[in-house]
Amino acid sequence: MKALAELYAQQFKTTMAAMFQYRASLFIWMIGQVLEPLVYLIVWTIVSNSSGGSVGSYTTKEFAAYFIVLMLVNQITYTWIMYEFEYRVREGILSFALLKPVHPIHSDIADNVSSKLITLPIMIVIAVGLAVAFHASISPPLWAIGVFIPSLLLAFLVRFLLEWTLAQAAFWTTRVSAINQTYFVLLLFLSGQIAPLALLPHPVQIAAAILPFRWLISFPVEILLGQHTPAQALMGLGAQVAWLIVSIVLVRVVWRAGLRVYSAVGA
Amino acid sequence: MTTMKSPAIQVQNLRKVYTVSEQEAGTMAALGSLVRRRKVEVAAVDGISFDLAAGEIVGFLGPNGAGKTTTLKMLSGVLHPTSGDATVLGYVPSKREKSFLRQITLVMGQRNQLVWDIPALHSFELNRAIYRIPQEDYRRMLDELTALLELGPLLHKPVRNLSLGERMKCEIAAALLHRPSVVFLDEPTIGLDVTMQRRIRGFITEYNRRFGATVLLTSHYMADVEALCKRVVVIHHGKLLFDGDLSILVQKFTAHKTIEVQIGDCQADLNAYGEVVSCSDGHFTLRVPKAETARVTERLLADLPVIDLLVEDPPIEEVIELVFAQGNP
Repeated sequence: MKALAELYAQQFKTTMAAMFQYRASLFIWMIGQVLEPLVYLIVWTIVSNSSGGSVGSYTTKEFAAYFIVLMLVNQITYTWIMYEFEYRVREGILSFALLKPVHPIHSDIADNVSSKLITLPIMIVIAVGLAVAFHASISPPLWAIGVFIPSLLLAFLVRFLLEWTLAQAAFWTTRVSAINQTYFVLLLFLSGQIAPLALLPHPVQIAAAILPFRWLISFPVEILLGQHTPAQALMGLGAQVAWLIVSIVLVRVVWRAGLRVYSAVGA
Repeated sequence: MTTMKSPAIQVQNLRKVYTVSEQEAGTMAALGSLVRRRKVEVAAVDGISFDLAAGEIVGFLGPNGAGKTTTLKMLSGVLHPTSGDATVLGYVPSKREKSFLRQITLVMGQRNQLVWDIPALHSFELNRAIYRIPQEDYRRMLDELTALLELGPLLHKPVRNLSLGERMKCEIAAALLHRPSVVFLDEPTIGLDVTMQRRIRGFITEYNRRFGATVLLTSHYMADVEALCKRVVVIHHGKLLFDGDLSILVQKFTAHKTIEVQIGDCQADLNAYGEVVSCSDGHFTLRVPKAETARVTERLLADLPVIDLLVEDPPIEEVIELVFAQGNP
């Protein structure tokens, strides 16, 4: 455990150093992370204002709060592993990872957490600025803030493990971009990124809750916006824990099978 | 140097068969492959056996595609063998046990593990954490490697700003920080200039001497092999062609000797004595059957105004070429 902590600390330093080399691209990445929810926010603000100040259960101010919190949750939970893994397999970089006496997922988690920690302060400043500009209203009960933290952590872990699992499609096919694209479209609609799930047709809401998508982004946002009773919140955490277990099993099974394939076609 | 009784590396009938999907050229074939892929099995390594004693440096030779890299990857646990057995330091590599991985390393001259955009020192520190090297050991090893490879000024420069040779030195250092006792080197000098090749060679000898490490090395530069390896293992098409002393390889595979003879100029016709390979400034290179060497030498000395004469084995490159040619079906 101590050794693992040491590894994470060291990975943090490495990521820091690398990110300082990538200041410009990091900045562009962040603009993307802000711009996408901002576009939806503007669209929904216009729609809401033109239909008398609310759409369904959402007022204009609540839309603002929703998309700003969503921006932060998405920033904290997103990964880039699905873009990167194929490259690692194709270029044989994974072979180096296999030589190391530690599972490569640790470096990825550490790397991801590090870059989040570095960018988070800036994102919070942007979020506060947007909240003021769009008159976002948010008044969660105290307990909701207490539940938000674990729900966010679980959302990050589940999203990370699921995307790490999906990324391993690269072991089986050299054309992973089709899989990535399908996943990202589903994620866009079913995780609440394009519109709050409550405003989508009922069957879509059910699909989002049965599939992991709602639990990856939407749920922590719903919690912080105070949309749930304590009982509903606990149920949600339970669903997240269930998905965490499923995703841990998936990562392990797929990794083992993937390595056999990697080994069979040559690395 | 340590010498242990049991071999450090044991390879028994090791085989690796790759499954490769094939596709004919053309649109119809491409469409066809959507429905049904034709799978072809290729034996990259086809039943090889050899042992390495602890502390030995062995050259692992073969033309491109002979199965050298595949073998090294199997021995370092990256690839699972299709059949046969390999043990390294008593471990089965494909199990990738942590205690095994901490004692080996694989350097691939054509690939890099260092983080591209930041100084190598960061990657070193990361490896220290990954291999759980105690701070004190790490310092000492880093100092030693820095001195041996003259890394001093390189450690703080971003890797992308290093020359190929400088980067290779850093790659090698990164791979040895945990002081592995078994070292697999795949083309460690590829693309490097002669001076840098010599320096890397010197370093490998020194590392082997200091730590008693077992080294299995592939290289296309025969100078590497001649300088480092008393013993060579030659494979071709995945099969073992030769395992033994380099000098015996030369003996076994060459039926010729080279006679360098210097006379006044290149006017004379020496074809009667042997095959004239070249002549410049009166310096002839003749190739003669081994058995006739003494007789031809005697005649040359008797018939011609010889200034200088030298009998040699053909250069090792030529020998290897011959070996590979014989390995071709």
